[in-house]
Amino acid sequence: MIATASGVRKSFGTTTALDGVDLHVAPGELVGLLGPNGAGKSTLISLLVGLRRPDSGKVTLFGGDPRVAANRRALGTTPQETGLPQTLRVGEVLDLVSAHYPDPAPDVLERFGLTGLERRQTGGLSGGQKRRLAVALAFVGRPRLVVLDEPTTGLDVEARRTLWEGVRSFHAEGGTVLLTSHYLEEIEALAGRVVVVDRGRVLADGPLADIRDKVAVSRVSLRSAIAPPLDGTVHSTREGDRWELHTPDADALVRALVHADVPFTDLQVRPASLEEAFVSMTAP
Amino acid sequence: MTVLHWRYLLLEQIRVPIGLVSTAAFPALSLLFFVVPFDYGAADETAAVVGLSVFAVMSSFLFTFGVGVADDRERSWDPYLRTLPVAAWPRIAGRILSGATFALVAIIPVIVVGALFTQATATVPRLVLGIVALVVAGLPFLLGGLAIGYSLPVKAALPVTQLIFFPVAFAGGLLLPPQLFPGWLEAVSLVTPARGARELVVWAVQDTAPDTLALVVLAGWTVLTAALAVWAYRRDEGRRFR
Repeated sequence: MIATASGVRKSFGTTTALDGVDLHVAPGELVGLLGPNGAGKSTLISLLVGLRRPDSGKVTLFGGDPRVAANRRALGTTPQETGLPQTLRVGEVLDLVSAHYPDPAPDVLERFGLTGLERRQTGGLSGGQKRRLAVALAFVGRPRLVVLDEPTTGLDVEARRTLWEGVRSFHAEGGTVLLTSHYLEEIEALAGRVVVVDRGRVLADGPLADIRDKVAVSRVSLRSAIAPPLDGTVHSTREGDRWELHTPDADALVRALVHADVPFTDLQVRPASLEEAFVSMTAP
Repeated sequence: MTVLHWRYLLLEQIRVPIGLVSTAAFPALSLLFFVVPFDYGAADETAAVVGLSVFAVMSSFLFTFGVGVADDRERSWDPYLRTLPVAAWPRIAGRILSGATFALVAIIPVIVVGALFTQATATVPRLVLGIVALVVAGLPFLLGGLAIGYSLPVKAALPVTQLIFFPVAFAGGLLLPPQLFPGWLEAVSLVTPARGARELVVWAVQDTAPDTLALVVLAGWTVLTAALAVWAYRRDEGRRFR
């Protein structure tokens, strides 16, 4: 196993960030951690890369304790947000990171479309360039596992594609990737396996297609004095005569409504947000 | 690895020289304006140079470690570096070395002005001893800076450092000699770490008997700030990010 977490708990004061999490990442996998902000994704990552210790449970990286420096030799991570030292030049940042590895890769700037920027101070780069540099740093040490925490937050479409390309080609060469995102779209574009995390727990773990069916639900709301047919819905709530139904197939639900001759008004159909989809995964 | 991190920390800060310049310029300018035009005699003028050197070390330690560390914690660069295959101590040692380097740079102007334009004198061995004493005397400020840096966000660390720095430096007799202090201020002065620091370095440079109480207090502050720094570091580890 490349990285494992078993029965991991972590609290900060009175806040429980992780409440008994199990995660196993095998060589060559491209695993997406999906969950809303504050779900515990970043805490889980911080344990796996050795930044902190779990309160209970066990975390391993390449079979050892991630807090031991030698066990992080084949790990590549990226600074979150834009935390690059503003006054250092791109080349200097790269040299600083390269000095920590026996055989640093010479071509990460090219791979992430940053050629020719070596002499620029990082503070003078555009947002997209900073982000790409941050991600490029993860690949400097020829890692076997790359951990990317919200890699494309705030990027434009083109910058996002360049990044995705870099990640895909690394994976195609046999690299293992663990990535977090609160965008279903990003996870869909990259990950083969999806782990859904919310409120410090793993809600689902499986192939992309399975998880997508669970997460990609529509939210149908309507007013009706009598109960609508609930076949095919994964979650329903009622408040007075206002019904809210979650279903993977909104067309079928609407057809069933009409067939059953339910006297509904004010029908609205829209895709459920991830947060809403998570509600239907936790509450039956 | 320590040298590597030291080098890059220096590089990072040298690119914004204004902080360094102000730390180094203030003590030298104070000497130029308040000592050079007058005649206080060699002993008092030497003591003035010592006081302002302690002032320079104190300010560079408090600001590099207080505000610098607080700033580091707010950026994700430092946690990123901690995920590289390197233990934590080379980075910490590099930071302490860079603080010491800037402190050294900060005392050069005041010593040069003292040597050229005042009656202050010291033999070379005494000067070297004085610099060693400065390092020891600076410890409570280094550790106190770390305690502030690890416990407060930048926006609070900056005013807190300024609030502590100036009164302590003044009461410690770094700007005006403590001989001029009224009784009550002398009593306050003796319990500040700055007074002990001054006594220690004056002792090293001029070989005049130090105030024992002030030295004991300095040792006490060193232990206390070390404990605070460790406590703040541990607490920070638990809450830095979610």
